[in-house]
Amino acid sequence: MTDTIADHAFSLAGEAAIADAEGVLVLPDRGVLVVSDLHFEKGSSYGMGGQMLPPYDTRTTLRRLGAAIARHRPRTVIALGDSFHDRLADRRMDGADVERLADLVASVSRWVWIEGNHDPAPPPQFGGEVRHTLELGGLVLRHEPTEGAAPGEVAGHLHPCAKVRGKGRAVRARCFATDGERLIMPAFGAFTGGLNVCDPAFVRCFGGVPGALVMGRARIYAVAAKSCVPDRR
Amino acid sequence: MLRAVIPPLGKGADRKARQDSVMPTAPAPDLAPSVLPERFADWFAARGWQARSHQLEMIETAQAGEDALLIAPTGGGKTLGGFLPSLIDLAARTHGQGKTRPHRLHTLYVSPLKALSVDVARNLVIPVEEMGLDLRIETRTGDTSAAKRQRQRAHPPDILLTTPEQLALFCATANAEALFRDLRRIIIDEIHAIAPQKRGDLLSLDLATIRQWAPDASRAGLSATIADEGGLARWLVAQPAGGDRFARIVRGEAGARPEVEILDPADRIPWAGHSGRHALGDVYERIRAAKMALVFVNTRSQAELTFQELWARNDANLPIALHHGSLSPEQRRKVEKAMAEGRLKAVVCTSTLDLGIDWGDVDLVIQMGAPKGSSRLIQRLGRSNHRLDAPSRALLAPTNRFEHLECQAARQAVAENALDGEPLAAGSLDVLAQHIMGRGCGDGFEADALFDEVRSAAPYAEIDRETFDRVLDFTATGGYALNTYERFRRLVKRKDGRWLARTPQIAQRYRMNVGTIVEAPMLDVVVSGRGRGGHRLGQVEEWFVEQLSPGDTFIFAGQVLRFVAIEEMSARVTRAADADPKIPFYQGGKFPLSTYLAERVRDMVQHPDQWGELPEQVRDWLSLQASRSRLPDAHGLLVETFPRSARYYMVCYPFEGRLAHQTLGMLLTRRLERLGMRPMGFVANEYAVSVWGLRDLSGLDFNALFDEDMMGDDLDAWLAESQLMKRTFRNCAVIAGLIERRFPGQEKSGRQITFSTDLIYDVLREHEPDHVLLRAAWQDAAAGLLDIRRLGEALTRVKGRISHVGLDRISPLAVPVMLEIGKEPVYGEGHDSILEDAADELIAEALRLD
Repeated sequence: MTDTIADHAFSLAGEAAIADAEGVLVLPDRGVLVVSDLHFEKGSSYGMGGQMLPPYDTRTTLRRLGAAIARHRPRTVIALGDSFHDRLADRRMDGADVERLADLVASVSRWVWIEGNHDPAPPPQFGGEVRHTLELGGLVLRHEPTEGAAPGEVAGHLHPCAKVRGKGRAVRARCFATDGERLIMPAFGAFTGGLNVCDPAFVRCFGGVPGALVMGRARIYAVAAKSCVPDRR
Repeated sequence: MLRAVIPPLGKGADRKARQDSVMPTAPAPDLAPSVLPERFADWFAARGWQARSHQLEMIETAQAGEDALLIAPTGGGKTLGGFLPSLIDLAARTHGQGKTRPHRLHTLYVSPLKALSVDVARNLVIPVEEMGLDLRIETRTGDTSAAKRQRQRAHPPDILLTTPEQLALFCATANAEALFRDLRRIIIDEIHAIAPQKRGDLLSLDLATIRQWAPDASRAGLSATIADEGGLARWLVAQPAGGDRFARIVRGEAGARPEVEILDPADRIPWAGHSGRHALGDVYERIRAAKMALVFVNTRSQAELTFQELWARNDANLPIALHHGSLSPEQRRKVEKAMAEGRLKAVVCTSTLDLGIDWGDVDLVIQMGAPKGSSRLIQRLGRSNHRLDAPSRALLAPTNRFEHLECQAARQAVAENALDGEPLAAGSLDVLAQHIMGRGCGDGFEADALFDEVRSAAPYAEIDRETFDRVLDFTATGGYALNTYERFRRLVKRKDGRWLARTPQIAQRYRMNVGTIVEAPMLDVVVSGRGRGGHRLGQVEEWFVEQLSPGDTFIFAGQVLRFVAIEEMSARVTRAADADPKIPFYQGGKFPLSTYLAERVRDMVQHPDQWGELPEQVRDWLSLQASRSRLPDAHGLLVETFPRSARYYMVCYPFEGRLAHQTLGMLLTRRLERLGMRPMGFVANEYAVSVWGLRDLSGLDFNALFDEDMMGDDLDAWLAESQLMKRTFRNCAVIAGLIERRFPGQEKSGRQITFSTDLIYDVLREHEPDHVLLRAAWQDAAAGLLDIRRLGEALTRVKGRISHVGLDRISPLAVPVMLEIGKEPVYGEGHDSILEDAADELIAEALRLD
């Protein structure tokens, strides 16, 4: 991938926060790393339906997550829901990946699985605690973002993407959606698609199109709402 | 009664007379037509015709059970030559049998265009009716109703005219053997257009399958323009194990030599660009003087522009129409009908009118811009004047100075009848995967037998068992080292050794996705009317619409349109009054053409004695180049360096076409980067590449810089990350069935996979870089999109023959490519630089003091 990954420091509801270009959020004062929408075994869920996608998305996601943990050395890792693509995901997971995930969970002092709509009951075999929401000082962490004002909320679920138009072409990339008061995390899973930040779903949360911290190749680019363009439809 | 020489057909010529012109025959010298049965001989005589010798040879060949490749010019009675053996055989078989005779499929006709099948079917009826033959002739295309399809299976016609995709569907249904058991003959029309494509791979595999059911059916290929005769003669024929077999080549007599003229315009010839505006005044006058003209252009954007410009000067209100692949079928049908009825004076068109459908009485073909190859030009020439004894006429209108050279080269090649074209390559693995799945969705197969069958198809004659097994494994389970999908496999091996689709639903889904044509995602262009609804003009690529802002204007379907919004799957527009569209270049989606004329052009440039036929402006330009710098050497490579406004430029002239040049530019930039020369960008056109940077490049070792070893690691590294590679992968994934486009009940939603195939590509490349699908994508990219083969050959050719000229200012020859700077996207870190610009905007806004 890249040699150095530049972090983007910003303030979230008064709390110091770092967005890194790989798509994890770090709360440096608390030693917390937040990652959202891992969607383990999304590839093999298509395979069940006859579309034999490469069953390696879990492996790629784990590698990148392992690298982020090694780089930021958090005490606590919070997986913000939809960590497993479906209820049978852990049973389809390859043995080597099961082991890797268990090792990762064991490598930090605290690991929290937030419940998501894809995984209302994350499988217990990997360790870690399961929560519906988690409060950290002024921040509230949950999977699905609340419509209307929700200062201090950190959520996932929507898989934000921003589309930026340049001379004659456009770039579409995953992003953190934030107005400085609340945050919606990018999806981290290797096979996760994205929803444009201009979508009404974001407008309902932010009261308008939010700003985007866009994940470039090696750094985060802060892009204003007015520079983001919608997809078709 | 028609005469030996078919009279020119004027306005309002009836359909029947026009059709006669499609299958004419001419008075041939006294060739004893002993192979011609009486009824046929009488028919020829009644028409005042004699069968042509190639038509008789086709009959003999078929009666001997041989396969034949018929090469005859347009207007030479080629189609009749293909069908005569069938008609004769059928006449004998059906004689006196009456209405209740059994339904048996006798002849299969395959063409690349469904319109061509329909056209030929219409024309075939004429001799059949006039001879009183009681034959059933039907077409089957994507448009054929389900009811008719079912009836065709239960009660097949004698002659079925269809497309490669329909054959693939037959092979993927149960009991197909019953349909093909009595098949005697297979005719493949415009074989040169099908064979080099993935559709050709698929067709070849389907022919191999049909051969299992009808081993005695003979094959005939038809074409007017074949460069690689041996290659196609082999392609047509079932290959025996460990050897090559070829079809017999049957030749029609040559027609009158075509007359190709190159326009020497009154106005100044531009240095660069492809608008052809300067020539359109002359072109318009030629159209006015002709009965009906076809104006061929190379891209859809050029078609739109030319059409617009011709109407801008259409004081005489000549009926001039537009025809290209993005227009809605209804729009195209309207134009075709008007042509057939002789109501048009000219049609501006792209390759959509290349192939042998004859919509009208065309007496002039105009080619705007370089034709890029002699075969292409001859094919287009064949659209005019369907009579062997009169020459076809073409006017070439080069759009810039370089194109004058290329048009001159094309004219020479046509005069020598030197043909060119895409070489035949080994069959694609993604197509093989599709075919294997198809066989599993039909009556099933045994792996050993299918392997032999596949190897009898010429494109796959060399495939090894290991590769075949990997493709089979991919088809069944995805073919991953990680055996996740054993329980969900798409193909299962039964106890008797036969492989079959696991469920009928899997087979059904497969059949909905048959074919090798993968379209870029398209949006309908809909003009808003009053109230709801609107008028659909055609389709444009999604990416083009995505770069429009509401209010932007662009040309489409011959009008200036204003973009309003995207709704569902369509782009809403209104008609705009503006004369000049804001977005000028709608680069009609397709990849730029490669040229096959490079060698001739290089040769011409180097030899002033060949400049005689060039316009004075072009000659002066080349002379100036010779005195200021030097002329490129036909067997080497000229490299010029010069400074210009605080930058240093290097321009080289391989003449190998834009695709090869883009690849070269990318590789040179990487290499200069490594040498610490700080290159900033490059731009390529059809003839040259220009690279620029912050450091003087004139002291470099150019032989080392252009060494062919750049085709190794540099190429691999760049290709792996490139967008083109990802696009290629997507096509392969769709064709191979990894991704299904259509599901029952939700046709064409195109949204089954809710994330980009780029993600699949990245993950697969990380974990299984030698996966068979990546191999397929790599093969494709190397052969096609990037013209890597051509670039490799060029670098080998010029090795050790790089001549460098250090200049203190730009040379005359360098001007065209330098003019492209700013018009073309500059390659490099496009992705992040767009984000950076957007972020800078934010910073600027934050720092602003007001």
